[in-house]
Formats: sequence, C-alpha cells, structure tokens
Amino acid sequence: MSENSLAIRKFSDLANPTRFLALAARVLPWFAGLTVLLFAVGLYLSFTTEGDYQQGETVRIMYVHVPAAWLSMMCYSVMALSALGTLVWRHPLADVAARAAAPIGASFTFLALVTGSLWGKPMWGTWWVWDARLTSVFVLFLMYLGLMALNRAMDEPGKAAKVSAVLILVGFVNIPIIKFSVEWWNTLHQPASVLRLGGSAIDPEFLRPLLVMAVAFTMLFFTLHIAAMRNEIWRRRVTSMRRQAARSAGREA
Amino acid sequence: MISLFLRDLKLSMRAGGGALIGVLFFMTVVAVVPFAVGPDLNLLSRIGPAILWIGALLASLLGLDRLFQAEREDGSLDLMLMQETPLVLTVLVKCLAHWTATGLPLVIAAPLLGLFMNMSEVAIGATMLTLLVGTPAITFIGATGAAVAVTLPRGGLLVSILVLPLAIPVLIFGVSAAYAAVQDPAPFLPPLLILIAITLFFAVIGPLAAALALRSASD
Amino acid sequence: MPIRLRVEGLSAKRGEDLIFHDISFIVAAGEALIVTGPNGSGKSTLLRVLAGLLTAESGTVRMDDTVADISHPRELCHYLGHRNAMKHELTVEENLSFWKSFMGDSAGGSGIGLEEATEALGLGGISHLPFGYLSAGQQRRMAMAKLLVAYRPVWILDEPTAALDAAADRMFAGLVERHLGAGGIVVAATHQPLGVAARELRMTGFAGVGEVV
Repeated sequence: MSENSLAIRKFSDLANPTRFLALAARVLPWFAGLTVLLFAVGLYLSFTTEGDYQQGETVRIMYVHVPAAWLSMMCYSVMALSALGTLVWRHPLADVAARAAAPIGASFTFLALVTGSLWGKPMWGTWWVWDARLTSVFVLFLMYLGLMALNRAMDEPGKAAKVSAVLILVGFVNIPIIKFSVEWWNTLHQPASVLRLGGSAIDPEFLRPLLVMAVAFTMLFFTLHIAAMRNEIWRRRVTSMRRQAARSAGREA
Repeated sequence: MISLFLRDLKLSMRAGGGALIGVLFFMTVVAVVPFAVGPDLNLLSRIGPAILWIGALLASLLGLDRLFQAEREDGSLDLMLMQETPLVLTVLVKCLAHWTATGLPLVIAAPLLGLFMNMSEVAIGATMLTLLVGTPAITFIGATGAAVAVTLPRGGLLVSILVLPLAIPVLIFGVSAAYAAVQDPAPFLPPLLILIAITLFFAVIGPLAAALALRSASD
Repeated sequence: MPIRLRVEGLSAKRGEDLIFHDISFIVAAGEALIVTGPNGSGKSTLLRVLAGLLTAESGTVRMDDTVADISHPRELCHYLGHRNAMKHELTVEENLSFWKSFMGDSAGGSGIGLEEATEALGLGGISHLPFGYLSAGQQRRMAMAKLLVAYRPVWILDEPTAALDAAADRMFAGLVERHLGAGGIVVAATHQPLGVAARELRMTGFAGVGEVV
C-alpha cells in the first residue's frame, strides 16, 4: 500500500516539468553513452557474422530494418499511451511526450521503409509492392506526418493536445493491423520469426546481432525521446516568456 | 521584390503554412490509388505517370485560394495595390514563391512515389521533368482563379472548379510527354516543348488577369 | 518641394448607393484634414477613394506641385486602414523590414530605421517577437511604425487611434505633428480628436454632401 502510494507520488513528481528537466539532464548522458556502446557492439556483430547462404550479404540490412520497424510501432504505442495520459489522467507531460515522439516515429518508419526497399530490390526484384505489411507501414508513415502537420498547424499547445490525442487513439487501430497483417493475409513479406509461439525460428548466429541492434535502437529511441521532450518543454517556456515580454513591453511608457 | 518572395516563403514554412500539407496530400492521393485499382504492379507502372500528374495537379490546387485571401484579410493587399511596383510583378513574385513552397516539394517527392508505382527509372525522370516545367503553369493560372474568388468567403472549392478546366492542357501535354519518354515510337521533345510554351504563356496571362481581377475586386 | 492634395467634385458609390457627392477640398503641405461624421456617413469610403483603392464615380484626386514621377496619386500615400497589414506568424522586425523594402521611399524623403521607428512608438526592444504575441494596442502601434519606415508625403489614416490608450494617443499625435512639420499631409477619419491643429471635413451622411468647416 505504502509502496504503491510512493510509486504514485514518484509518478506525479515527474509531472512537474522542472523535475523532469532535472531528471533528463541526469539520465541523458548515460542513455546516450549506452546507445553508442550498444550500436558499436551491434554494428560490429552485424558485420562480422556470416551472411545467409540464400540472401548473401543483403541479410545485414535486416539488422537495421527489423529494429527500425519494431521501433516504428513501439513509438506509436508510446504516443497512444501518452494520448491516453492526456485524455484520461490529464498528465501535463503526456502531451509533450506525444508531440515529441511523432517526428522520431516518422524517422524510424522512414528508415524501415527505405531499408525494406533496399532489401526488396535484389530479393524481390522491385523496390516496392503493395502487400498488406508494406502498405500498412506506409499508412503509419502518413499518419505520423499527418500528426506532425496537425501539431504544427495549431500554435496553442493546450488546444492541440486533446485534438491530436483523439486522432492518435483512432489511428492506433493500424498497429495491430501492421503486426498481424503477415498472418491475416497471404503476403510477400515473411511472417514474424523472432517473437512467436514455439520459439524463435532464427538461427542464433543471426539472432544475436539482431537482438543487440534492437536494444540499441530502443535505447536510441529513449535518448531521442527524452531529449525531444526536454526541447519541447524549453520551447514552451521560451514561448511563454516571449508572450510575457510582449505584455510588459511599453507598459511603463 | 526579393523581400516579398522571401516573406511569402517564410510564411508558408511557419506554423500553419501550407508547404508540408501539399506534399502530404500528394502522397496520400497517390497512395490511395493502388487500393482502388488493385496492387497489380504492371498496371501501376503503366498508369503511374498519369497518377502522379493528377496527384500533383490536385495538390497544387490545394493552397491556392489563400494566395490573395490571406493578404486581403489582414489588409496587406490594400498596400500592395497602392505601390509604384506594377501589380502584375507583385502577383508574379507571389506565384513564384507559392510554387517554390508547394510545387517544388511535389517535384522532389515525385521520384519516391514513382518507386511506389513501380515505374522505370526513365519514366520517373521524365515525369519529374514534366512536373518541374508543368506545375508552375498550374500556379500561374490558379492565381487568376484565386484573384477572382478573393472576395468570396468560401472561395476554396470554387477556385479549384474554376482552375481545373484551364489546367487540362497542362495535364494533357505533361502526361503525354512523360509517356513519350517510355513508349518508343512517340517523340519526347515536342510535347515537352509545348508544355514549356504553355507554362511561359500562363506566366504572362495568369498574373495579368489576376492583377486585373484584384484591381476590380478591391472595395 | 511643397505638395498639395487637390480633390475636385468627388463622388463615390458603394454598390448602387451614392455614398457622397461632389466633395472638393485642397490640403496643402503641412496641413491636416480630419474627416468626421456619424457611422455610415462615408468616411472610410472617402479615404479608400483617396488611396486609390476604390474608383470614384466622378471627380478627381490630384497631387499638385510635385516633382515626383508618379502614374497615380496613390503612390505618394500611406494608407492605414482598420486592418494592420501585418502577418501574425512573422516577427515584428520581419514584417516591418518587408514593408520597408517592398514599399521603398517616395521622392523627397527617406524612412527611418526599424529600431528607431519602434522606439518612436514606445515599443523598442520587442521587435524580435512574433506579431501575433502582441496585444491589440501594441499591434496597432507597430502597424503605425510602417508610416515611419517607408517615407510617403501623404498619410491617409482610418480610425488610427481606436485601440490606443491615452499615452499612446499622445505619442501618435506627436508623430503626426512631426510629419506635418516636415511638410507632409495627413487626412484622417476619426471620432476622437487627433490632438493636432487641423481643418475638419464633416460628412453629413444623409444626402451625401460633405462640407469643409
């Protein structure tokens, strides 16, 4: 009970943007360092493990493509959670989190699409096919861009927060569609092979670099996200200070 | 004049500006097509140039109605009408700024969407080139529509309806030049030159007509 | 180079209605003309005709004794209407520097710098802020700074001081005074006294005839 209330207090402490800034300043260097380290190990593993006997060297694209695709979905999930935070708990940082995550998510999605295309050209003979997995990821990309445009169009963050939260939650239907598209429809894109019932279908030789890269990407996401949230808070403070400056100007004249 | 160009460019980049929206609309329109016609790659690569052109046409019509309406709403248009600088020149510069902010991103995004449509490299290059020389014509002729509809409270849709028929020649020669590049017997150069001629023609007619309409719409 | 604004037999219509009829006056350099009258008497219409934004039904607007090479009298005029002609998304500085370079100066004078102009209106030091952040009164004053950054001998002002407090009112009166002192012409429609010595054109509205008092 007391532990629970402590957790709640810790959580609401975070609601204070100043506390968040202090925390961000403390953890960011560690996160960034860890990200660099993981990427160093991950990339080393990616380039030293053996190529696939069928795919050859192109299999290495997967070490970037798969984590980027995972992150594109995780980032949207984080945004959806933040949207819930905005609408249900009215957490003051939730809106900041959702807003900061959109460009990052768009970048990961773009990376996944590009690396997928690069892999698809030699393997499938075409840059792009309109199969369910690819199409739904492209739709996700468009949704990210749409949300960014919406955020940009409304200069008052308070008003934009609820509207975009509603849109984010509506858009969340796409995430299960992406996840299960390879099982529901018969697609060109191969089904999930790492996380599935009955154990992974991937050789440990490939699994090791993949997992390290996945963790590295996740750390990269958190590093970027915290930094972006910090910037967003700063941006809002600058805005309110400028408004303050405008109000006080010329008053003494 | 450079200051007007830079100002309009800045305005479309700032919050609420239409620069990003146009490209997004373009991508969405083109992405919707495979859902309608089916994911047959051969079919898509055949109709690709046409789809890109239609998408670009619609996207470049999108923000046109605000070209003069925003200026009118805050009174800037009054001052522009009063200057020694010929109004035609002011309109021309505003068109160029509008095209740079909304048309040029469409041209740059076109190759990416061309890949989605499974178009060949030659077809992508040709479509990009025709879009580059063709879309300014849409902006110029659209300026006339925007000037005519400037006093109307909800002129947005009307501008599109007024401008679309006038933009049909641009579409015809743009698409035929893009196809001529891939289909062998048809020559590529004549339709492209006609397209350039249309753009230059509209670059003169559009601002002239728009300036005339703005003068008489002032009240 | 004294300039003269000569108006002869001016009448104007809005739609089908004759707003005013046969107005004539001459404003010489250094003189101000205040246009008064009840709402709907045609003050704004008169000013827009003077600024060349509306075509007159009959009559002429002329600038006499000017060496400036102009094709229309409106090119020698500043027009400050009800709307500020400033973009909310841009900073004050971007707005003003755009108008300064876009409008340029008429012959016979030159506009002052941006900082100087905003100082003159008591709003120095905030020109880096977006125009939309300012209050209504501040926005109006920044719009007035346009009058200073680009030189025009004739100022046509429509309700210039509507959103201003008393202090800003006095400040603006000082600017008008200085403009007149330098040989400029001011034509202003207003309900409040402008705070400078001026002749008055009273628009009667009904029957549409104005008389110079």
